[in-house]
Amino acid sequence: MSEPLLSLQGVHTHIGQYHILQGVDLVLPKDGMTVLLGRNGAGKTTTLRTIMGLWQPSQGTITFDGRSIGGMPTPDIAQGGIAYVPETMAVFADLTVAENMTLAARSGPVDAARLDWIFGLFPALKKFWQLPAGVLSGGQKQMLAIARAIAEPRRLILIDEPTKGIAPAIIEAMITAFAELKRETTILLVEQNFRFAASLGDHVAVMDDGRIVHRGAMADLARDETLQQRLLGLSLDAHQ
Amino acid sequence: MTMATTSTPAETLPSVKSDYLPILLPIVLAAAALPFIGNPVTWVTLTVAALAMGMMIFVIASGLTLVFGLMDVLNFGHGAFIAVGAYIALSVLGLLSGWVQVDSLAWNLMALGLAVVVAMAGTGLIGWAFERVIVKPVYGQHLKQILITMGGLIVAEQLIHVLWGGDQKAMALPTALRGAIVVGDFAVEKFRILAVIVGLVVFVAMMLVLNRTKIGLLIRAGVENSEMVEALGYRIRRLFVGVFVAGSALAGLGGVMWALYRETLTAAIGGDIMVLVFIVIIIGGLGSVGGCFLGAILVAMMANYTAFLAPKIALASNILLMVAILMWRPQGLYPVAKR
Repeated sequence: MSEPLLSLQGVHTHIGQYHILQGVDLVLPKDGMTVLLGRNGAGKTTTLRTIMGLWQPSQGTITFDGRSIGGMPTPDIAQGGIAYVPETMAVFADLTVAENMTLAARSGPVDAARLDWIFGLFPALKKFWQLPAGVLSGGQKQMLAIARAIAEPRRLILIDEPTKGIAPAIIEAMITAFAELKRETTILLVEQNFRFAASLGDHVAVMDDGRIVHRGAMADLARDETLQQRLLGLSLDAHQ
Repeated sequence: MTMATTSTPAETLPSVKSDYLPILLPIVLAAAALPFIGNPVTWVTLTVAALAMGMMIFVIASGLTLVFGLMDVLNFGHGAFIAVGAYIALSVLGLLSGWVQVDSLAWNLMALGLAVVVAMAGTGLIGWAFERVIVKPVYGQHLKQILITMGGLIVAEQLIHVLWGGDQKAMALPTALRGAIVVGDFAVEKFRILAVIVGLVVFVAMMLVLNRTKIGLLIRAGVENSEMVEALGYRIRRLFVGVFVAGSALAGLGGVMWALYRETLTAAIGGDIMVLVFIVIIIGGLGSVGGCFLGAILVAMMANYTAFLAPKIALASNILLMVAILMWRPQGLYPVAKR
């Protein structure tokens, strides 16, 4: 495994009275895609939100590129080079696709060559450029949410369940796009669709009850059905 | 970067539904009122008065609706800025009495302009302090927001009593703005024309800022989903403070206009109009400037028509209007898409 880009050590997060993350240890290498798997309620989304500063860790350290980011305000974390695509996509429905992208490019207008590259990944965005994001389909909104995350070069992108509720044909397009995307940037992907995750992931971590219970190469897990059954257990059907 | 050859399924262009129905409401309301009022001259007078009143309510409410939408803050102390703005203008106009009393539109407007600038600067500054000291500690706590901002309003009113006295003040219009312009049988008060112009200028300026600038884009996005704006790397709290200050300054401007419209003022002038302001914000859709503009016109029309036809139900009629609109559109006329 190459030098880590992000590491979480003993991270605990409480949301109200609930103790969601109970000592997460996670190391992300500087390249490729790491997939975070686990049953519903295991703490995957909370892990992403804690990294992003949207929930504050109550204990533990989060280090990004050698710098501690645990407890930092979300805008500072984003400015440090981490982008976030939430499960809800959170596109600004009343803003046009163009306006959504304009906001995502903090340092000025979106670079023309980069925009062409994004249109290559997600051609629908070019077609719907001047339309309000609210009228797009679920798959198109997901494309916009991801495009917004890559409007400028980022060191790390956190993506939460991009295939949830998305049509199979769009998922196929997304696999192609993600394969291209992970060549440019490091990705931490939370995913329920195991086939999707296995086709893209280089590394895998499995969560259960707020802890990481397995780390390794995705290829190893994809090959080993017994290990899949043991780690993903009852939720394996949902992961297929 | 290399170009991917990703293809997606064939997509048809989604249709964007234009929602013009709410815009027709003031026209329908005005047309419906005509047979009851009977006299066209009276009807025109009431309608123009309603437009002027609506513009003043809009100026006051526009900042508050963005504060509601952007940070989910219930600021019941907004009326304080209306009153403070009016009192500051009273003092400035008192100092410039020579410019106010001379029968020259230019000198009168200069005096009024200066009074407005000072009032807006003062209320903007007080708004900044209000946000830092009173609102900031209670983000996300609605009950505390209501209590503490109402407390702030009471304190502000008492401070006005201390500084300017507790008696009712006369706020005379500058000489050239008194009286009416008569066209045939129709007479339109000059100040009402000015109020409509000021309201329209504020509306157009706000729409330009919201739709043509990055700050405006951030405000619109923040009203929808402030968390995502932060996740994109923007400090929404700074933006909110800016909007709060601008909203307070606009309330100050509205207070000056409202006091001149009534030609009297007391420390409770803000509280008196806040009922209408809250109705406007609710029926317009929280955080929607366009909805606020339309709502202000509707509320003012309803208030003026019923004040003429059945004065005892003037306020109740606006509450009925709010109920009717919320039954039709529970999120208001132009709801902002929320996460």
